[in-house]
Amino acid sequence: MNVLNFIRKKFFSSPIDAFLTLSIGYLIYLTIPPLINWTLIDATFSGNTKKDCVAGGACWVFVKMWFNRFLYGLYPNEEIWRINLAFSILIISIVVYRFLNPKFKRYLFIFLVLPFPILSLMIFSGGFLGLAPVDTREWGGLFLTLVISIFAIIFCFPLGILLAMGRRSNLPVIKYFSIGFIEFWRGVPLITVLFMAGVMFPLLLPSGTNLDKLVRVIIAITLFEAAYMAEVIRGGLQAVGRGQYDASKAIGMGYWKSHIFIVLPQALKLVIPGIANTFIALFKDTPLVFVVGLLEILGMVNLAKTNPYWLGMATEGYVFVAFVYWIFCFAMSRYSLSIEEKLKTTN
Amino acid sequence: MSFLQNKIEKIDQYLSDHPKVKFILPQALLLVFIFSIIGYFSFNASSNLSARGIDTGFGFLKNKASFDIQFSMIEFDSSMSYARAYLVGLLNTILVSAIGILFATLLGFFFGILRLSSNPLASGLATVYIETLRNISLLLQIFFWYFTVLRLLPSAENSIVLFDFVYANIKGIYIPKFVWTNLNYFLYGLIFTFICIYFFNKYANNLRERTGKQLPKFSISLGLLILIPFLIINIFGVGLEFSYPKLDIQMGIANYIGGVSIIPELIALAFALSLYTSTFIAENVRAGILGIDKGQKEAAASIGLTNTQVLRLIVIPQALRIIIPPTTNQYLNLTKNSSLAAAIAYPDIVLVFAGTALMQTGRAIEIVTITMLTYLSLSICISMFMNWYNNKVTLTER
Amino acid sequence: MGNIIQLNSVNKWFGDFHVLKDINFEVSEKEKVVICGPSGSGKSTLIRCINRLEEHQKGEIIVDGMALDENTKNISAIRSEVGMVFQQFNLFPHLSILENCTLAQIWVKKKTKKESETLAMDYLKKVQIEDQALKFPGQLSGGQQQRAAIARALCMEPKIMLFDEPTSALDPEMIKEVLDVMVDLAKGGMTMCVVTHEMGFAKEVADRVVFMDEGNIVEAKKTNDFFQNPENERTKLFLSQIL
Repeated sequence: MNVLNFIRKKFFSSPIDAFLTLSIGYLIYLTIPPLINWTLIDATFSGNTKKDCVAGGACWVFVKMWFNRFLYGLYPNEEIWRINLAFSILIISIVVYRFLNPKFKRYLFIFLVLPFPILSLMIFSGGFLGLAPVDTREWGGLFLTLVISIFAIIFCFPLGILLAMGRRSNLPVIKYFSIGFIEFWRGVPLITVLFMAGVMFPLLLPSGTNLDKLVRVIIAITLFEAAYMAEVIRGGLQAVGRGQYDASKAIGMGYWKSHIFIVLPQALKLVIPGIANTFIALFKDTPLVFVVGLLEILGMVNLAKTNPYWLGMATEGYVFVAFVYWIFCFAMSRYSLSIEEKLKTTN
Repeated sequence: MSFLQNKIEKIDQYLSDHPKVKFILPQALLLVFIFSIIGYFSFNASSNLSARGIDTGFGFLKNKASFDIQFSMIEFDSSMSYARAYLVGLLNTILVSAIGILFATLLGFFFGILRLSSNPLASGLATVYIETLRNISLLLQIFFWYFTVLRLLPSAENSIVLFDFVYANIKGIYIPKFVWTNLNYFLYGLIFTFICIYFFNKYANNLRERTGKQLPKFSISLGLLILIPFLIINIFGVGLEFSYPKLDIQMGIANYIGGVSIIPELIALAFALSLYTSTFIAENVRAGILGIDKGQKEAAASIGLTNTQVLRLIVIPQALRIIIPPTTNQYLNLTKNSSLAAAIAYPDIVLVFAGTALMQTGRAIEIVTITMLTYLSLSICISMFMNWYNNKVTLTER
Repeated sequence: MGNIIQLNSVNKWFGDFHVLKDINFEVSEKEKVVICGPSGSGKSTLIRCINRLEEHQKGEIIVDGMALDENTKNISAIRSEVGMVFQQFNLFPHLSILENCTLAQIWVKKKTKKESETLAMDYLKKVQIEDQALKFPGQLSGGQQQRAAIARALCMEPKIMLFDEPTSALDPEMIKEVLDVMVDLAKGGMTMCVVTHEMGFAKEVADRVVFMDEGNIVEAKKTNDFFQNPENERTKLFLSQIL
């Protein structure tokens, strides 16, 4: 009897409620079973060519056969071990980090943030120590997405802090420069920024110098996201009470010291969700690099679906990419929640 | 190490003793830095451009565009200028942004309130909607709508027919074109109708305050909206004919002529922008409503207001204060995101101007600058309007 | 003359927590009852059940002859006869004081603007803040806000007034002005049910005092009896702590 009562109260408490329940129920009935059918039951998982997909459902063979390309782009197959090497080191370091002695944690962190990315970049490009050179135009897929995202995240964060502090500065030149810089990058779409990086930027460099396209793109995205990051961090700086800054001045700390040791740690803790959101947005913005001809994972799917042997596989490709994006974004937001929790308890 | 530390301390000391220097020096350094970069870029730019034989300047805008644009709200053909092409792109951008903002707001409020429902199915549906569409790249959603869904539409010969005069096929949705006679009367009549409705509502409010009598404002307004234009049409002989889209096969290619076409690119872009942005607005709405103190609803209930009245008179006016600023941000984002039109060749300002025009003329610096300035201006316009609305909503309380 | 409020064997749970245990409670017309007790005893929950801000799971509540249950018509009817004053005032910040008082009159009782404003000004005069009528809640002090809240409730011309710790959120110097208004109201013949720690007010105005602890009504007696001859040990302990 209690169950019936519960159902009545929750789902049928008023005419509108009942209508909602019934129509949503009908909607679920219409969409979920066919969806499960298409994705799993009628889907084809084994085979080598499009012709093997006869069951009528999703043709996951497409994803299977193109998996390497989706992951690594057009990177030569023989050299893929380099990518795997770098990312394995990254993953192992992250896992090890959790269990490491606090004393070593700092060194590992600094290693991961500065020398490691640059080293990896050099290994990926090759051209020394017998490593075959691989032009950045051949970098692609999820590999490219991660390279762009990780570099942009690492560099936009300190830049964002500087801009946020600059916007709150008492020195008018610095303040107005920061405001102008931030509002400019926030007011224009990322696509135009990438256009600028791809087409206009070469004109601004001495003729003959060729700054690698990927480097230009990373710089552009970094500057763009730094502006958004600056606003998020500014929110945190504003929320830290004046008392903190006053107290640190009272014990003799100057502008920089008080910010680095007192104000910033508190400010950043307050805006962890905002920072995480900016990182997630960055990650979701990477597909836009198609305008300058770089093919990250979405770009690779678009390329694959036009292959004459694999026409009509757009849906499977997009579902796969959506799934990959969803997993990364979901993982990032969960991770930021866990950081929030951890920092709460140490308060 | 300590030598460096010593030096730094000495500099610190000097700066503390000479506050004027401390104030001026960083700014001077920044100015020098900025000007040198600008100088460096300008020098390179001018030498690069002259090496390629490309002029600078904005005179090229008057030149003939020599390309067609697939969809335009105003007349355009390839003999018109680049400036006109820019205008077409701008109007297309504004069009898709306006549609997107409208539907994103409606959907956002709907799903935001739905997520707060006590019905688990309803709140569950809203949660799934919000969490899925929020975490998938907008570009992917645009592609999905464009390629997957619209490709399911049939070819022109086998169009889906709605109401006997709307045809949907792979080239777009074709609706009848309005062909008016005496359009002016109708337009004036419409303006007159809206004025009537406005004054009627004012009168009804006055009446309620004076006598407590409540007129059915909505029904009467609706009645006026239908009745007055009807009278106008009949009295002034306003004629409306429809130019129905008709199948026309030329050289084996089937097309619909005589109607107005809404291209699939516009539809896909509008869909994707609306749905994606609505998820963020929904979360803002939810935060706004949750941010209203429980006590407000309790006090309102204890003086006898019904649930709907509580929502309308107490909760939403206060919630709007919380909802408007982040929602303004979302409108700005939507307008900027409309630039993704380039991915599916919807002729917005990026594709038309920073794409085709740039490729043809090579005037990268001028064109990219104009495009960026355009978006900056659009952002400022939207911000100013929303600020005005925000002030209007918040000045009525303190 | 029957009881205008009647609670029979009322039980309420918050999840697993049994907050009201078999409550039998009645209030007759024009009676003033003060409910006191330690925090968590359920006293706020008790009066919030009377105007259905909280739902009781067992037992019956009858207000002015109407049974209080899921029937929304009854709930609305009962709410228009029962006014409530909250600890946190809960004035509507986006409306002026006058508008706070006229809102429900216009939208629920469908009065004209003039009528409702006249009545509102009457009550605002009674609580002595008629000069603040056009100001907004944020511009008033705590004591003024609470008096405005009382006026707002009175504008619906209720038969019963419920008070949920009306002075607990006020600075000490403002408590008196609010209590004075409540004393006036009591002397005017209003049926009142007041949850409070202000025993001075109870002694001056209450007909009966009810002591609650851990969800039970421990002791309920006429005021003089209550203060001079408390029977229960817990009552005595509580009185010794606050007097």
